[in-house]
Amino acid sequence: MFAGFMLGTWMVGTLAALVAGVVGVFVVLRGSAFAAHTLPLSAFPGAAAASLVGRSQILGMVLFAGVGVVGIARLPRRDDHDVGTALTLVTLLGLGALFLSLTNGYASEVYALLFGQVLGVGVRDLTVVAIMGAVAIAATAVFYRPLLLTSISSELAEAQGVSCEQMDVIFLILLALTTVMTLPIVGALLVFSLLVGPPAAARMLTKTPLHTVLLSVVLALLVTWLAIALSYLTNWPIGFFVGALGALAYGAGVAWSAWRGRSRRDVAGATRAI
Amino acid sequence: MAVRDAPTTSALVVDRIEVVLGGRPIISNVSFLLGRGEFAGVIGANGAGKTTLLRTILGLERASQGTVQIHDATGSAGRPRVGYVPQKVLLDPSLPLRARDLVALGLDGHRLGLPLPSPARDRLVAEMLEAVDAQDFADERVGTLSGGQQQRILIAHALIRRPVLLVMDEPLASLDVHSAASVAALLAHLAKTQDVAILLSAHDMNPLVGVMDRIVYLANGHAAEGSVEEVLRGDVLSELYGHHVDVIRVHDRIVVVVAPGDPSATDHATLLSGGRETD
Amino acid sequence: MNRLLRILVEPGFFTNGSVHTALVVGAGAALVSGVVGVFTVMRGQSFAGHALSDVSSAGGSLSFLLRMNPLLGFLGMAALASGGMELAGVRYARGRDLATGVVLGAGLGLAALFLYLDSTFTTTTGAAITVMFGSMFAIPASTAILASLVGLVALVAVAVLYRPLLLTSVHWELAAVRGVRVGLIALLYMLVLSLAVSLSAITVGAILSTALLIGPAGTALGVARRPGSAVLLACGIALGATWLGILLAYDSGAWTPQHPWPVSFFVVALLLLSYLAIGRSPRRVPRPANGEM
Ligand SMILES: Nc1ncnc2c1ncn2[C@@H]1O[C@H](COP(=O)(O)OP(=O)(O)O)[C@@H](O)[C@H]1O
Ligand SMILES: [Mg+2]
Repeated sequence: MFAGFMLGTWMVGTLAALVAGVVGVFVVLRGSAFAAHTLPLSAFPGAAAASLVGRSQILGMVLFAGVGVVGIARLPRRDDHDVGTALTLVTLLGLGALFLSLTNGYASEVYALLFGQVLGVGVRDLTVVAIMGAVAIAATAVFYRPLLLTSISSELAEAQGVSCEQMDVIFLILLALTTVMTLPIVGALLVFSLLVGPPAAARMLTKTPLHTVLLSVVLALLVTWLAIALSYLTNWPIGFFVGALGALAYGAGVAWSAWRGRSRRDVAGATRAI
Repeated sequence: MAVRDAPTTSALVVDRIEVVLGGRPIISNVSFLLGRGEFAGVIGANGAGKTTLLRTILGLERASQGTVQIHDATGSAGRPRVGYVPQKVLLDPSLPLRARDLVALGLDGHRLGLPLPSPARDRLVAEMLEAVDAQDFADERVGTLSGGQQQRILIAHALIRRPVLLVMDEPLASLDVHSAASVAALLAHLAKTQDVAILLSAHDMNPLVGVMDRIVYLANGHAAEGSVEEVLRGDVLSELYGHHVDVIRVHDRIVVVVAPGDPSATDHATLLSGGRETD
Repeated sequence: MNRLLRILVEPGFFTNGSVHTALVVGAGAALVSGVVGVFTVMRGQSFAGHALSDVSSAGGSLSFLLRMNPLLGFLGMAALASGGMELAGVRYARGRDLATGVVLGAGLGLAALFLYLDSTFTTTTGAAITVMFGSMFAIPASTAILASLVGLVALVAVAVLYRPLLLTSVHWELAAVRGVRVGLIALLYMLVLSLAVSLSAITVGAILSTALLIGPAGTALGVARRPGSAVLLACGIALGATWLGILLAYDSGAWTPQHPWPVSFFVVALLLLSYLAIGRSPRRVPRPANGEM
C-alpha cells in the first residue's frame, strides 16, 4: 500500500484533503453545497475533452471549472443562485456526455473520472497540485475575515463596506481550485463529499471559526487516508469510501452534538429550577 | 424648518434634504442636527420614510436636494466613521461563532489576512462587551442568543470602531417591551459614555420617550424636529399631518390620535400607540 | 415539401421502433418534469431535486446487478432518498442543503460501488454511461408502458395536490395557518418529485435529469405571471427540447455514423438556449442592502 507507485496518490490525496478541509468550512458556513457539487462536475468534461485532444487533464479541468464559476456567478438568476447553478451544472455535463461519446469513452476511464481511482496518480502532477494547494490556502488566509463576515450575514458585511458579490466570486474560485486538485483521486461526483462531510461535522463540534477549520482539516485527512487505504485493500472504488466516511463523520457530529445538547439542557434546566 | 445654528460639536448635519425613489419624493425638506453624546429617534409609521432617511445619511441613497454632513470631532481628514446596524440581521444558530468573535469582526472584518492573536484587540472587545453589558453571554454561539442579547452584540459590533455616529434601523422592532426598554436605556447611556451620536428609527416611540434627547418625527414626507416636549404637541403634529391630531398621554404612554376619516390616519394612530398587544 | 422533410429528418425516424419508444418515454419525462419543476423552483429546492436524481443513480446501477427494469431501480432509490431527506428535514435553509448534500454524497458512493460490482459480476458494459448520461435509443419497449403509467400517476397526484402545493410553495406559514398539513404535503411532493426524477433519469441520464426539471421551469417562471401558465409553458419547453433533441441526435447518426451524438447533449443545449433567450429575469429591482423594500 505504501509502495513507490502509490506515493503520488498519498501525497496528492493529503494535499487535496488539507485544502478541501479548509475551503469546505466556507462551503458549509455559506450554505453553498450546491455550488460545491456543481464545480467538480463542471471540471469533469474538461478532463474528458483533454483526453479527446490529448492534452493535460489539469489544464482541461481548470478551463472548465472556470466556465463553471462564471456560469454560477453570472447566469441570469431570480432570487438566488439555485437555478443558474443547476443550469451551469447540466450544460457542462451535457458537453461531458458529448465528449465522451466522441472519444468512444472507455468505460473504465469515465468511471475513474466520476468515481475516482487510487492507482496511477502520477508524481508528475505533484508540483502543479502543490502550487495550487499553496495558492488556495494563501488566498483563504488573505480573504479569511471578509469571507467569514459575508458568510455570517450579508447585511452586516455590506454595512461594513465588504462587497458580498466580490466575496462570492473569490469563494467560487477557491472552490474551483480545490476541485481540480481533488478530482483526479476522489472523482468528480465525490469531491463534494469531502467538501461537506468533515466541515459540517466540525461546525457542530466547535465554537469558533478557527477551531472549525482545524477540526475540519483533521477529519478530511482522516477520511481521505482511510478511503485510500480501504480502496487499495478491497479494490472497491475510493468514491464509495469517501462518500460513506463523509456521511459517517457528519452522522457522528449530529449524534455528538445532540447528546451534548441534551446534557447541557439538563444542566440549564436544573439551574433555572433553583 | 430652519436648521439650528450649527454648533461646531454637531456630528451630523442634515440640511433640507429631499430623496426621490421610483420617481416619487419620499421625504422632502428634512433638516436636523445631532451632536456627539446625543441620542435621537426617527419616529414614523411604516412607510413614513425612516429607512430612506437613514440610508441617505449612510450614503446608500442619494439626496436629490440638500446635504448630509458628518463631522469628526478633531476635524481630521478622511471620511468620519459611521457605525450601522441594519434592520434585519438573522444569525443562524448553527454558526460556529461566539458573540465575542462577532464583536471582533466589527473591528477588522473587512481587513485581509488572518486575525493574528492580539491582546490589544482582545482588550477592546472585552471593553465593548462590558459597555453593552454582554459579558455573561460573550462565549455563547451568537445565533443562539435571544433577540435582545443579539441586539446588544450588534451594537458592540458597530461601536467597536469608535464611530462618530451610530445609525440603527428599527433595533427595537422585534423585542418584547422589557428588552426594548433596556436596550433603549443602554443606547442613551452609551451615547454619553462613548461620546457618540446615536440615531435610531422606531415605529413605536414609547420605549424611547423617556430617554431620547431629540426626536425627528416623520409624516407626510416631512419632519418635525426638536426635543420630545417641543415635538409631541397637538399643534406641531397637526401642522405636520396637515389636519387636526391629538397627542394623548395615558398612564405613561403617548398616543397620537389622528382625526377619524383620514384613511392614512387610523394606521398611524394604532401604530404609534402600538406595543399594547405585546404588553 | 417531402424533400424538405427528408433533409430535416433522416429516413427511418418515423418507422424506427426504438425511436417510438424514445419519443413516448421522452414525452412522459418532459411533461412530468415540466409540471413538477415549476414547484421545485418555486420552493427553492433545485438542489434537492438534483440530489434526488443523483442518488437515484445508485438504484439504476443496482438494477443492472439484479437484472431488473432500470426504471424500477431509479424509482425505488429516489423514493427512499426523498423520504429520508424530508424526514431529516432541517429548519434552516442552509442546514437543509447540507443534510441533502450528505445524503447525496452517500448515495453517489453507493452508485460507485454498484457500478463497480456491475462490471465485476455481470457482463454489462458501459453501465456507468447509461445510468449517468442515459441512452435513449436503448430503452426497451416494455419500459414505455411502465413509464407512461408512472407519468400518469405523477400528473394525477399534482392535479389533486395543486392548491395546497401552491400555497405551501409560496409561504408555508400562511399555508399552515390555513390548516394545510404542511409536513404531509411536503412529503407527498417529494415523492412526486422522485417519480419525475426517475422518469427523466432513464431519458437523459441520472446526473442530467436536473436539466428537464429545472431548465423549463426556470425559464417559464421568469416570464409567466400566473402559476398555471408557468406550468403550461414549462411543459411546452420541456417537450419541445426533448423531441427536437431526439430528432437531432437521430440525424447526427447520419452526419457522423461512427459517433452519433448523445440525445442528452442536444436536450440540455436546447434547454440552455431557451433559458438564455426567454428566461432572463424581466426587471431586476435593486434591493436595498438591508433587505427591506
Ligand atoms: N427603492 C425604492 N423605490 C421606490 N420606492 C421606495 C423604495 N424604497 C422605499 N420606497 C418607498 O418609500 C416609502 C418609505 O419607505 P421606508 O423608508 O422603507 O419607510 P419606513 O422605513 O419608515 O417603513 C415607502 O412608501 C416605500 O414604498
Ligand atoms: Mg424601515
